[in-house]
Amino acid sequence: MSSAAIIMLTGALVASAAAIVGCFLVLRRMAMMSDAISHAILPGLVLGYFLAHGPNLFAGFLGASVAAVITVALVEGLQNTRRVAEQSAIGLVFPAMFALGTFLISRYFANVHLDTDAVLYGHIEFAAQDLLFLGNLNLGPQALWVMGFLLVMNLAFVIVLYKELKVATFDPGLAAAMGFSPVLLHYLLMAVVSITAVGAFTAVGAVLTVALMIVPAAAAYLLTDRLATTLGLAVAIGVLSAVAGYGIAVPLDASIAGAMVTVSGFAFALAVLFSPSHGVVARAVRLRRQRMAYAAETLAVHLLGHEGTAQAETESAIAHLGEGLRWSPALAQRVQRWAIRAGFVEQSRERLVLTERGRDVALRALERGA
Amino acid sequence: MLTRSPVRSSSDALAAREAPPVVARDLTVAYRDKPVLWDVDVTIPTRKLVAIIGPNGAGKTTFIRAAMGLVPIVAGTVQIFGGSYASNRGRVAYVPQRGSVDWDFPTDALDVVLMGTYGKLGWVRRPGRPEVERARRCLDQVGMSDFAKRQIRQLSGGQQQRVFLARALAQDADLYFMDEPFAGVDATTERAIVDLLKALRAEGKTVICVHHDLSSAPEYFDWLMLLNGRLIADGPFGETFTHENLQRTYGGRLTAAVVGG
Repeated sequence: MSSAAIIMLTGALVASAAAIVGCFLVLRRMAMMSDAISHAILPGLVLGYFLAHGPNLFAGFLGASVAAVITVALVEGLQNTRRVAEQSAIGLVFPAMFALGTFLISRYFANVHLDTDAVLYGHIEFAAQDLLFLGNLNLGPQALWVMGFLLVMNLAFVIVLYKELKVATFDPGLAAAMGFSPVLLHYLLMAVVSITAVGAFTAVGAVLTVALMIVPAAAAYLLTDRLATTLGLAVAIGVLSAVAGYGIAVPLDASIAGAMVTVSGFAFALAVLFSPSHGVVARAVRLRRQRMAYAAETLAVHLLGHEGTAQAETESAIAHLGEGLRWSPALAQRVQRWAIRAGFVEQSRERLVLTERGRDVALRALERGA
Repeated sequence: MLTRSPVRSSSDALAAREAPPVVARDLTVAYRDKPVLWDVDVTIPTRKLVAIIGPNGAGKTTFIRAAMGLVPIVAGTVQIFGGSYASNRGRVAYVPQRGSVDWDFPTDALDVVLMGTYGKLGWVRRPGRPEVERARRCLDQVGMSDFAKRQIRQLSGGQQQRVFLARALAQDADLYFMDEPFAGVDATTERAIVDLLKALRAEGKTVICVHHDLSSAPEYFDWLMLLNGRLIADGPFGETFTHENLQRTYGGRLTAAVVGG
């Protein structure tokens, strides 16, 4: 496999693994928790390396997982004092843990391959060079093994406990009443998030791990109303971001991980703007349509009110349409076009006449108001 | 499940000998060091529509949550059908307050009702065709078949409440805990819920509702539990719903107009 393919595959694997658990974080309104965990694992990672006398994968995993569990417990503990809100509790815990981590690095690992750049941005560029050996047997790039394992673990977690995670996320009270302990599921999810964060951390660094967990999931959440589709879309957006990010970064000689996350951020922006159900554009269109429908209804009521009266001639004249209703000429014209298209009114020479349908609409509107 | 079928298939006389749905003895519940329920002694008989009534903060929700082991009990006991809640979980359904869940969750009405079948499936096992069919029937029972595939945010408050009731039906229980099922619903839904509760009672089930509207309570319920931190009174509705008991429950806050019912 070429080095490029290995890097892209690593990115795609880490993005998929992160997106799967990220969906549940987004649905549980816990996006900040992934931020906390991805930063707070640093002291555990350092401590693991320290005890193993050097950068060791398994010692790192172990230390980081312990640090993650401590972080979750600290956040919950702080929250339970009721003196700080959840988000503040997270904000208090993770900088402290991260600071401890950077202090430990500078104190004990000043010369080792664990610099702040690697911590923040990872080193996915070297994914093809870092090989995994079993004795003398070359098993290929270590990153692929680690990220592949993460993906399998997260997939298994979500597939096996899909209904439990769903009900505990949607309605923790019902889940608890049915015997699916939401507390247990919460800690399981946090454990999986932590392990994913450790793995992703080595590939794309602390800051970008958070992004890959949250951004594709948040984008997917805007695009669909089904949980399974949310998961699938999140993975697709993550993988696409990884591949496209690589394609953008290499010719520009820019940070690959940075480009991957920038692309996912772009995907999120597109979702915010153009999602068919929740998007800004769709909402604006809907709002405009509602306004026009309401205005056309008002017009119909107005015409009905003046039907057969002395002023009917002037009030229904197209030239004076806006005056009685205090509409600008431009708005009056737009409403008139809309009302004609909707079949509420017809144009008869210089006047507007209510159709049968328009009369119905006006009468119904009046009834509603009564 | 194994002990259940013989009880069901036998006569009413045998069923009457079965332990009552809820028996609380000296039940005391506290959040931190602040007690919300004090020393509650109550027995709720089978085949009743029970209203739990009391002012805000009286511990109504806490009582049903404590009965289901959702909040820790400081002292005393609650027995469900003569045993622990955990051992009779499958016979209990729960309708939490509508506001307690996230209606933006990516799911539709049918899927929410399907969640009612999860409890009997237990861990890991997935709902299959029988569960989906059951969920459809329950949705039909509350008149919501046409909205099966509707995203839950797009339902009105009354429709959301009916979906919640359908989910409770899907739990296939003998005892139903409902937290303010009538809160914020339209007249049609209110009617539909009352009919449903009466149908459940006719099938021999017991329904316990946290209820707020004193004026509709005498019409809907036949058993009453008045709470205000302590148990003020409990028993058949007509005997318990007295001016004096309500005064003791609400203190001076109750207006004469409400007691008229």
